[in-house]
Amino acid sequence: MQIKVNEQRADVADGVRVDVVRDRFKPGADLVILNGFPVPPDTTVNEGDELYLIRRGEIPPREELEHLLVARHTPRVYERLKGSRVGIAGVGGLGSTVAVALARVGVGELVIADFDVVEPSNLNRQQYFVDQLGRFKVDALTETLRRINPYVAVTPHRILLDPDNVPAVFAGCSVVVEAFDRADMKSMLVDSVITNMADAMVVAASGLAGYGPNNTITTRKISRRLYLVGDLTSEAQPGNGLMAPRVGIAASHQANQVIRILLGETDDVG
Amino acid sequence: MSLEIIVNGESRTTPPLSVLDYLRSLEIDPSRVAVELNLDILPKGEYASTLLNQGDRLEIVHFVGGG
Repeated sequence: MQIKVNEQRADVADGVRVDVVRDRFKPGADLVILNGFPVPPDTTVNEGDELYLIRRGEIPPREELEHLLVARHTPRVYERLKGSRVGIAGVGGLGSTVAVALARVGVGELVIADFDVVEPSNLNRQQYFVDQLGRFKVDALTETLRRINPYVAVTPHRILLDPDNVPAVFAGCSVVVEAFDRADMKSMLVDSVITNMADAMVVAASGLAGYGPNNTITTRKISRRLYLVGDLTSEAQPGNGLMAPRVGIAASHQANQVIRILLGETDDVG
Repeated sequence: MSLEIIVNGESRTTPPLSVLDYLRSLEIDPSRVAVELNLDILPKGEYASTLLNQGDRLEIVHFVGGG
């Protein structure tokens, strides 16, 4: 009969026990998950069952993780994402959250750029941990992304981006995510990519501070090559700070827009 | 002589200015915006040399801080 073992088809004898399958496919696995639930070794396997064999602490080989992603997104989607290179300008609240989302869905290459170090005030919304305080954000984030999917190629740049270095840092990226904090840097990045990187799209964000309504955060296609996420008005300032949930809403809009672009979904300007 | 243009979806009348001078006339800081002219983003380096024309559609996007 046919079953699936770690996302791959396998032919096994009718009425076989999970421990027999385990010893054949992954001897020494500590954990057997049958159709989503941990089961004891003497459980019988049935036609069409999905078995997951896990050795605690072991990083699954690339092929196994790829099969998992293919199974979740279908082959066409997976291949497109895996073959993509995406740039992220600034890895604070927006950029670190976008990076985590894109690594989880298996975008093949991420280029991240920031010159800042992790500070305590970042922990209210940015994807860093208390044991990473004082480290360069790009280094801390690279480590976190590897823990999510070690087969995503991450290129970290510890650099203050300016109009002259943007094209070189993000060379080969089909989409660049604008994820800066300062308004003038946002404007600079959009200008530099549009002016100097012929085919690249930009997904920028503006207006996401505070705890205003969820649904005033929108994604608009401003021009053929620029998308803008946010409510366009909620500026970070005393009394209207940046907070994980609303920054997260905006970052997830940005990440989903990147996926739409990579998969060839088109939207009308306006 | 004045021109009719559309700015952020609304009809406006302006003298024939460059985009840079038009932004200044509205007291807009060019370093904190993106300007779309007739569906494409206008590079900042062209604000001074690009003159507004009758019927132009201008979209001025203001960036606010926070990220």
